[in-house]
Amino acid sequence: MRKVAIIGIGMTKFGNLWDRDLVSLSVEAGMKACHDANISQEEVEALYGGTMSGGLFVNQEHVAALLGDFSGLKNIPCTRVEAACASGGLALRQAYIDVASGMHDIVVAGGVEKMTDIGGAAVTKTLATAASQEWEAVYGATFPGLYAMVAKLHMHKYGTTEKQLAMCAVKNHKNAVYNPFAQFRREISVQDVLNSQKVADPLNLLDCSPITDGAASVILASEKKAKKLCKKPIWILGSGHAIDTISLHDREDITTLKATVEAAKQAYKQAKLSPKDIDCVEVHDCFTIAELCAVEDLGFCKKGESGKFIESGHTQIGGSIPVNTSGGLKAKGHPIGASGIAQVIEAVLQLRGEAKGRQVDAKIAMTHNVGGTGGTAVVHILGR
Amino acid sequence: MTVPRIWRKIPQYYNLIGKKCQKCNSLYFPPRDVCTHCGEINLQNYKLEGNGEIITFTVIRTPMPDPEGEIIDIPGRQIPYIIAIIKLDQGPCLTSEIVDCSPGEVKIGKKVKSVFRKIVEKGPRGVIQYGCKFKLI
Repeated sequence: MRKVAIIGIGMTKFGNLWDRDLVSLSVEAGMKACHDANISQEEVEALYGGTMSGGLFVNQEHVAALLGDFSGLKNIPCTRVEAACASGGLALRQAYIDVASGMHDIVVAGGVEKMTDIGGAAVTKTLATAASQEWEAVYGATFPGLYAMVAKLHMHKYGTTEKQLAMCAVKNHKNAVYNPFAQFRREISVQDVLNSQKVADPLNLLDCSPITDGAASVILASEKKAKKLCKKPIWILGSGHAIDTISLHDREDITTLKATVEAAKQAYKQAKLSPKDIDCVEVHDCFTIAELCAVEDLGFCKKGESGKFIESGHTQIGGSIPVNTSGGLKAKGHPIGASGIAQVIEAVLQLRGEAKGRQVDAKIAMTHNVGGTGGTAVVHILGR
Repeated sequence: MTVPRIWRKIPQYYNLIGKKCQKCNSLYFPPRDVCTHCGEINLQNYKLEGNGEIITFTVIRTPMPDPEGEIIDIPGRQIPYIIAIIKLDQGPCLTSEIVDCSPGEVKIGKKVKSVFRKIVEKGPRGVIQYGCKFKLI
């Protein structure tokens, strides 16, 4: 396999962007990425686009051809990648495999979701399509409901507290203040989280990532092209991807996302690195409990100890392993298909030293993107 | 869900009929056509008893608000309702609703048994789906 670098990044503002549509968001992110890579879109040889549900969110399928067309990518292979909330991370992996294989030299990996054109009930229903329709959703299991059951068991088994869950959201909001692309750039307190509207016990509204519009793109290049085109290429050192049972109820341990464990194992092995080598990580915090599970399953602390780990400040900027310096899905926003790519953009900014107010000292960064309740996980390790 | 989609699952919805692997005796509910333990494809229907234990649960109090802040109910369902992962005494685990009790009575580890109930109603003229929910013993 050839070495592959990320040579360009671009994303839109994340938020409730009522005046923007699926196509314009995607084109903006793609053009910014080309500009950052100092290439024209005509040099792009293939596209992989992650989007969870163009069909249910905006009644649009055949998205890869549509976005390729409007981005001025003439007659090149454009592929849509779908793995629910892990669509973006998986699009990156497919693009990585494409370049690593030698098939193409310059490939774009993007992600997009336009979620606010439909109402809240329709969004909830659409998100629930990532779970089993016949054996979970039909009994009233919403996505917050499924993660709430993970949280309930984590608290029962390990003594994790609602306050510790809330601390993830508080930290992520604090980090997002320094991210100009984030949806919520304001701090919140533990008390705000605990007092916010109850969604599914023990999760409150501020434990949940929001409904967001947005797009993100990165440009991948082979070693030869990257060295020619880019002063600060960021190398993909490891890539992992695994599935697990689609339903929580089929898991041996409901508080462990085995897909995360297995995907991380693959990425660590390929990069010849271990958790102690990682300087910062973007994890899939669709709910606060998901960040706790991720910190354990990626190997940064032992199973069951994430509550105390977070409480003692290890995951803050300046801590031993800063988690979600971008603000995470919670505060940066979670446009489903775009999230996996936006995580990689944050990793690239940190490694380039361009993360400004939220900059950490990072040589190696990790990204962790989850589909559903852990039916899919995609992990990447990046380095300078 | 459409009528055929509900209709073809009637045995499983109405009766907790799972599958049993004819090679290694593993039991599955929801039903599967391939044994995930030994790879066998000869799995036969197997009726499960409705008794089990709560592994974890949650009380759903609000589906997510829409961007304008308005709270929208899931059609045909009263808020709050309780969902749980239940481990049947014979082994398989499933997701279902806990009924006939207040949220405060539900605890991890409590014993439950299945009851036949309306699952969902698709509007005043739509299909009504029936199936198994659970209540505390």
